[in-house]
Amino acid sequence: MTLAHAVIENVSRRGFLKGVLATGSLVIAAKLVPARAEAAGYATGAEKMPHGVRSDPHLFVSIAPDGIVTIVAIRSEMGTGSRTSLPMIVADELEADWSRVRVVQAPGDEEKYGNQDTDGSRSTRHFFMPMRTCGASARMMLERAAAEKWKVPVSEVQAKNHEVVHTKSGRKIGYGPLAAAAAKQSVPTRDQVKLKDPSQFRYIGKGNIKLVDGRNIVTGKAMYGQDVRLPGMYYAVVARPPVYLGKVASVDASATMKVPGVVKVVQIEPSAPPAHFNPLGGVAVVAKNTWAAIKGRDALKITWDDGPNASYDSATYRTELEAAARKPGKVVRNDGDFDAAMAKAVKKVEAEYYLPHLAHATMEPPAAAAQIKGGKCEIWSSVQSPQAARDLVAKRLGIDPSNVKVNVTLLGGGFGRKSKPDFCIEAAVVSKAMDGAPVKVVWTREDDLRHDYLHTVSVERLEAGLDENGKCTAWMHRSVAPTILSTFVPDAKNQFFIELGMSLLNVAPTIPNVRVENPEAEAHTRIGWFRSVSNVPHAFAIQSFIAEMAAAAGKDHRDYLLELIGPARKVDTRTQGDTWNHGEDPERYPVDTARMRRVIELVTKEAGWGKSMPKGSGLGLAATYSFVTYVAAVAHVEVDANGNVRVPRLDVAADCGAVINPERIFSQMEGAAVMGMGIAMFNEISFKNGRVEQGNLNEFDLARISTSPVDIRVHLVPSDYSLPLGGVGEPAVPPIAPAICNAIFAATGKRIRQLPIRDQLKA
Amino acid sequence: MVKLQVNGQTQSFDGDPSMPLLWYLRDELGLTGTKYGSGVALCGACTVHVDGEAARACITAVSDVSGRSVTTIEGLDTNGNHPVQRAWRALNVPQCGYCQAGQIMQAAALLTTNKNPSEDEINSAMSGNICRCGCYQRITAAIKAAATGA
Repeated sequence: MTLAHAVIENVSRRGFLKGVLATGSLVIAAKLVPARAEAAGYATGAEKMPHGVRSDPHLFVSIAPDGIVTIVAIRSEMGTGSRTSLPMIVADELEADWSRVRVVQAPGDEEKYGNQDTDGSRSTRHFFMPMRTCGASARMMLERAAAEKWKVPVSEVQAKNHEVVHTKSGRKIGYGPLAAAAAKQSVPTRDQVKLKDPSQFRYIGKGNIKLVDGRNIVTGKAMYGQDVRLPGMYYAVVARPPVYLGKVASVDASATMKVPGVVKVVQIEPSAPPAHFNPLGGVAVVAKNTWAAIKGRDALKITWDDGPNASYDSATYRTELEAAARKPGKVVRNDGDFDAAMAKAVKKVEAEYYLPHLAHATMEPPAAAAQIKGGKCEIWSSVQSPQAARDLVAKRLGIDPSNVKVNVTLLGGGFGRKSKPDFCIEAAVVSKAMDGAPVKVVWTREDDLRHDYLHTVSVERLEAGLDENGKCTAWMHRSVAPTILSTFVPDAKNQFFIELGMSLLNVAPTIPNVRVENPEAEAHTRIGWFRSVSNVPHAFAIQSFIAEMAAAAGKDHRDYLLELIGPARKVDTRTQGDTWNHGEDPERYPVDTARMRRVIELVTKEAGWGKSMPKGSGLGLAATYSFVTYVAAVAHVEVDANGNVRVPRLDVAADCGAVINPERIFSQMEGAAVMGMGIAMFNEISFKNGRVEQGNLNEFDLARISTSPVDIRVHLVPSDYSLPLGGVGEPAVPPIAPAICNAIFAATGKRIRQLPIRDQLKA
Repeated sequence: MVKLQVNGQTQSFDGDPSMPLLWYLRDELGLTGTKYGSGVALCGACTVHVDGEAARACITAVSDVSGRSVTTIEGLDTNGNHPVQRAWRALNVPQCGYCQAGQIMQAAALLTTNKNPSEDEINSAMSGNICRCGCYQRITAAIKAAATGA
């Protein structure tokens, strides 16, 4: 019996996707923005994401005669644990015994499964209720089947731990023998579905579930995009233009073709700008193994036409951003009268902050395998957006998306990089050039760092006026950064509403006079979203600046921050000019300053805020709201006499609403703390002559076990199920860097205004 | 012709002897548990054991291991129950999991020479193994657990 398909490989396809070209949320956004979308608002909530959500148990659950329950995971697993947590939710409502649950991965098919774009800290937030509904529906179908079999009222039977019990007689029947009859039951309608009372949860909120891929990961059996092997498969690496929008002027592949194992050299046509998710073009070397392909690529003699970005230089660009930040720009929020309030201010504080480009540097560089047979293309890849990959591969090959299947492997890290499936399209193009033979395109680390969709680079300028009590009466923030929109829309130079809604417009509600400006910045490389996106630069600047204001006012930073946030109230983000609210309805998800206060109070209490610290040590605080979750962090920093910075401890407090899988929430917060530390201390991508200067991980240094925070303590605010869920994957990144820099100020009196810190304290 | 032992089996390879062991394992033998991360020994994702000692497969040529015994993550324990693997599962160490085979091989090598490493010794032995997801705190805890049998 199957409630659904037992094997996802045999999913039948529907062919009515014509005309749906790109479904990534940001792509939709990009299409909307130049029109009147900002006034019209933006789709919020799970239902309004492309293809919405599904909860039909026939799609997600199958039960074999032996009782093994197979649950389909539809979101890409890149480390957040969604492949464990979402099936866990189904299993809980289904009253399934977790040891008898198997998980299979869905291919990219959003018409069927609903939104699969694994991005924006949305997987549990958007699929918690659909997965509960799905599991509860399947449970009810099993109960109805048992009641029919026993000819008793359904009210007398109850599903419990993988079997249905007749409560009066004590008769029991397992899920396996019931499955066929259950599958014939109609699916309960929405108002018929009886969800469990949370007190009856067996896995949700408990943290008692091991990772579904845990054993495969520790035995080397887990398969990532880089690991795909197909019969007769070729291996390819691509020499891409070193400068964005560059082209091959000429190529001499004669030495390459002499490398043993090299089979063919294939030119990939560059795509017309804007970049979108299209390949950069270049020359692919196809070989019988990866090593031969790499050696073959080394032997290519290519002359590049560098094109319009040949002079992109990070040092020069920074001065341009700074100049723009010192002049008025597009006003994106203007409440009260900043100039008048500033004229009356007793004290004025101003500061500029600089944050560089960042690379995602997933441990697994991008990779995709493709083969084309009989007009159908099949892809295997570690991709966050399998539907976008499917649509764009189809478009590039000139076939219908119904003829493309995208199989999703595990992702060796994602962080936003693998939302952009340019590598899948490359694989399809090279396979086509090989008459459809299976080809795996492998990105090396150098390819990954030099051809990323980089996190933006920015200058953030802030000015504030304080009254005689140190209270902030005027606030001006100018944020200058090339926009993600430039990757999708020609000549986009202003941050769009998603970027503006990421910690820029949402200023503390007690400040009466607020002006936020966004001067133009031209992009010279592919700008993409990186874990936490624009919250990283905006929140770094704001949370550092508030500490500077507190110092200017002669007040304790925590007290000053709480005073600035003000008394408990619920703020509709639209009143601050933010219609997006991290993708959620501002009425359902107002910014609740009581929750923000609570995480600040919790983290400072746990970290011992106010305790006396030895010389060279300090505590620093920062608090952010992103992806509808509230996070505050306290960093404990030690700076030695030589200016070496160490972070012996980081406390993170988070309120993400109900805690669904605490075990994975802790791991995400721990990881975000390490990544935030890397952003603070080490990470920088820079350009010279249009080229990325960093080649490998010696030049783009990541946090290591020896340099990352020693002791990370995560404190979750207890919550019930009355509050809608917040995001988990991203929200703990933004407060880390400002907390560390504020701690450095507390320890040394030195204010860090540019990242990474690297050896700034060593002078 | 290079002859070597991989996970207890004799293998012979008559291809390019300068091919890094990493690509030989992955592409020729299909042992994809050993991962590519940097290609130049900067991340430790490709860590294997050569005659019991941790080595970076990406900078080890196949010819370098001629006549020697290579153990990969697939061969660390027949049932995947090496104490380090058990500790890794018990503490749910991985996030994405990609670097973990290298981390485990490095940790297993550490524990063969140092039965009860201090935190400094763990940091020192593991500092060449990058985890971009930031699982370091759990890696440290799992190594300690594996050492003590906890």
